[in-house]
Amino acid sequence: MFIDFIINYSYLIAAVFFIFGLKLLSSLKNAAKGNLISAIGMFIAVVATLLEKDIVNYTWITVGLIIGSFIGVITAKKVKMTAMPEMVALLNGFGGLASLLVGWGIFYSDMQIQSFTAFTIFLSVLIGGVTFTGSMVAWAKLSGKIGSKPFLFTGQLIVNLSLLIITVFMGIYFSIFPSTSYGILVALVVISNILGILFVVPIGGADMPVIISLLNSYSGLAGCAAGFVIQNNVLIVSGALVGASGIILTSIMCKAMNRSLPNVLFSGFGSITTSVKEEITGKYKSSIPQDAFYVLEAAKSIVIVPGYGLAVAQAQHALKELCDLLEENGTDIKFAIHPVAGRMPGHMNVLLAEADISYDKLIEMDDINRIIDNIDVCIVVGANDVVNLSARDDKSSAIFGMPIIEVDRAKNVFVIKRSMSAGFAGIQNPLFYKENSSMIFGDAKKVISEIIEQF
Amino acid sequence: MDIETIIFLSFILVLSIFLGFELISKVPSTLHTPLMSGSNAISGITIVGALIASGLNASPVLTTILGTLAVIFATINVIGGYLVTDKMLKMFKTKDKGKK
Repeated sequence: MFIDFIINYSYLIAAVFFIFGLKLLSSLKNAAKGNLISAIGMFIAVVATLLEKDIVNYTWITVGLIIGSFIGVITAKKVKMTAMPEMVALLNGFGGLASLLVGWGIFYSDMQIQSFTAFTIFLSVLIGGVTFTGSMVAWAKLSGKIGSKPFLFTGQLIVNLSLLIITVFMGIYFSIFPSTSYGILVALVVISNILGILFVVPIGGADMPVIISLLNSYSGLAGCAAGFVIQNNVLIVSGALVGASGIILTSIMCKAMNRSLPNVLFSGFGSITTSVKEEITGKYKSSIPQDAFYVLEAAKSIVIVPGYGLAVAQAQHALKELCDLLEENGTDIKFAIHPVAGRMPGHMNVLLAEADISYDKLIEMDDINRIIDNIDVCIVVGANDVVNLSARDDKSSAIFGMPIIEVDRAKNVFVIKRSMSAGFAGIQNPLFYKENSSMIFGDAKKVISEIIEQF
Repeated sequence: MDIETIIFLSFILVLSIFLGFELISKVPSTLHTPLMSGSNAISGITIVGALIASGLNASPVLTTILGTLAVIFATINVIGGYLVTDKMLKMFKTKDKGKK
């Protein structure tokens, strides 16, 4: 009795630590402290659980903890900042897998359970499985193990919907007759994993920020479901916190693309027919880095718009060097950050922080659009869709209405890009054909280094 | 599980969701990535369930195996998540000092 009291109060303290940790994450100054507090909360929760009287065998726990910690430390130490999106996806998937395994394992130990518990086991397995394989596909796409183009086949929507309906019916049956339905649970494990794959393969690279946020939310909900399975408050509280945080990020990302969540999730299905119809014919100007140097040297104010291409080329350090040189030259430099630039929420901020670029130079989209008319030069580095003028000017365009950084209003625009190819949205960008813009073809890092050499 | 427990747990769930919305909507966009990896680490709280599953005494072998696997993956999620978040936040922090 007394030990139960201690355990449950420790869980309460852990929950309070998580809440405080998340609260501190809202300011740059305290964020690191918040993360530490949240980690201490986790430690308290784990220690309290080990006191649980149901736990008598510590051998396998120790083995699991040692292996897990070892892998966790190694991967965290080795990961590069540019690989952060796939790292987050990977860890997320592991959390989902753990929830699936907990639901499955607890059911196997005792099948004589009530319908409500069975239902939570079903949810734990389903959400956990979808989170796991969904995150693995996202990880593979982000790390370039598979192509990041949407993968589509005919009848995809029908296949997905029928699988989902079958899953729901199996879940209901399982909840009503849990003690005789072990086979159904195993089938559910398999199907939920298939669903996760089918759910993420049609999503293109540019929509990844939405999907990562959504999967993040799922991993929390899976934890919540597992919390109901073992009737544990701390799991429910923290699962719900993570679930809510993921949902908020998802909606911020959707808003930044002016799309609804269903549109992001299912629009891949329609993209075959809509993407190829428009072709802009016109002339674009192509410059060499030397030309750009003269313009940059004369400019008083420069805005740099980074995109995913910056991360791919790992050009953030070169960019920092260029900025230092220009600032010595008396130029005012700002960075315009679009909310969905890159492959996850806040991707560009992390990347530029790594290169030691001060975060007060990073300006959000709305604020930069207000002052962009007075800017001498805009440099677009590896971004395309977030500066695509079709979103503003062309009502027939698939991305019409998406808020963009209106770089064409600046006096000069340089676009550093590898080729004229369309972005992930598959839509041509009229910006490239504007009179005040010129293209510099090449790898972002190489181009920037060549400009630096001119100084 | 009796009906009172179900209602009690549901209360906690719903209130926590509201709390989560309140907490997170104040996070600035600069910190979105650390927020995501940090909350991701918190979702590794499933480790509590994993520990229970792998440590049950009278449980069948399969439960122990599944539980131990769950402990491994949840631990990677927790340890990796917190360390990665810390690594990112340190980058933001050093710059703050340099400015002052």
